[in-house]
Amino acid sequence: MQQRLPVLICFVAGILMFLQYFSRHPVARTVFVSINDYWQIIFAFTLLVGVAAFGKSNLRQIGRGIDTPYRFIALSGLVIMPVLAIIGGIKIDSPFQWAFEYMLAPMQATVFSLLAFFVASASYRGFRARNLQAAVLLGAALIVLIGRVPISEMISDSFPKVTFWIQNYPSMSARRGILIGIGLGSMTTALRVILGIERTYLRGE
Amino acid sequence: MDAGVIIAGILTLAIYTFLYRDNPIYKAAESLLIGLSIGYALVIYWQTTLVDRLFTPLFSRGELNLMVPLILGLLMFSRFTRRFSWLSRIPIALMIGAGAGVAIPAMLYARTLKQISASVAPLIGKGGGFNFEALVVAVGLLSTLAYFYFSREHKGVVGTAAKVGTYFLMVFFGATFGYTVMSRMSTFIGRIDFLLTDFLRLLA
Repeated sequence: MQQRLPVLICFVAGILMFLQYFSRHPVARTVFVSINDYWQIIFAFTLLVGVAAFGKSNLRQIGRGIDTPYRFIALSGLVIMPVLAIIGGIKIDSPFQWAFEYMLAPMQATVFSLLAFFVASASYRGFRARNLQAAVLLGAALIVLIGRVPISEMISDSFPKVTFWIQNYPSMSARRGILIGIGLGSMTTALRVILGIERTYLRGE
Repeated sequence: MDAGVIIAGILTLAIYTFLYRDNPIYKAAESLLIGLSIGYALVIYWQTTLVDRLFTPLFSRGELNLMVPLILGLLMFSRFTRRFSWLSRIPIALMIGAGAGVAIPAMLYARTLKQISASVAPLIGKGGGFNFEALVVAVGLLSTLAYFYFSREHKGVVGTAAKVGTYFLMVFFGATFGYTVMSRMSTFIGRIDFLLTDFLRLLA
């Protein structure tokens, strides 16, 4: 029961969603829209479960005295946003959007920009033209790096054109090869899940 | 100066202190970022999904079919009890199954057939000239696929094709790396511009 029922539900939902793709019947459309809506609603509940687990975990750590100030800050951040939304709503000029614009968005952008330093540092240590393949990688990276800034046009008019050519032909062909591999792998995994061969999602309590 | 700009500037500098080393100021800013991100997602999903798609249609318009996702969603909370935690597998199974069912035709179309059709172009162009780019794309695609083909040992023709494929992959990795670095750099320039222009007002 504990294993078979979820596998059966997975099979039925998978087959229904797969078959509706090939049908133009209104019932197929209704099934697709309904299950899609259910999917999004259940996903929102999983987020609530995640938030509850996050709160529970942080409170447990505070109780044990581990990283107490940081746990308090994380929990206060978690509480601030819903409180602001309750007080002033989530419209464009609300305190909730103010917190997003002046607190969340700047920090997210800054963390994102931090990666520039780590990528530069890692490439300085890792980029060595030890063999021809590594040299090709290094050459392509340097050409694209220089080709995407205005100084490349000062070096040569053809620099941006070479960058464009590399990105749109040899690089794109390898990207397509990888995408085809991902597509075939995803289809195989999806089929294994629907048929109940792949059951890793049933693990855990 | 606007209070929002001051707060944004202080938080930006707090994150950048990590460039020196891991420190309490960075840890505090990181914890705040995690909390705010989760709180923001919670509010957005609560309003746009649970209120707009579930509670309003169910309780105001009486769409009783929505009791199904409501019950399935509530079953997710059974994970917090040891005895009934297996019930949370039911909504997870629905999500996984539905996702897998949608993924098969979508992946077949977007990730496989569409990529193949986009890669097949005539080697002779409309003007009668040789289309070198079409040859590069075809060779690149086939050799990359040969590199990822593990059902036969990489010897002979397959081995040569796989070897050529590694060079195309190196070009792809290099180009992607360069593009990624530039996107991160442009974000960094944006943050520095904010600090110097809006926060510190050193640049007019």
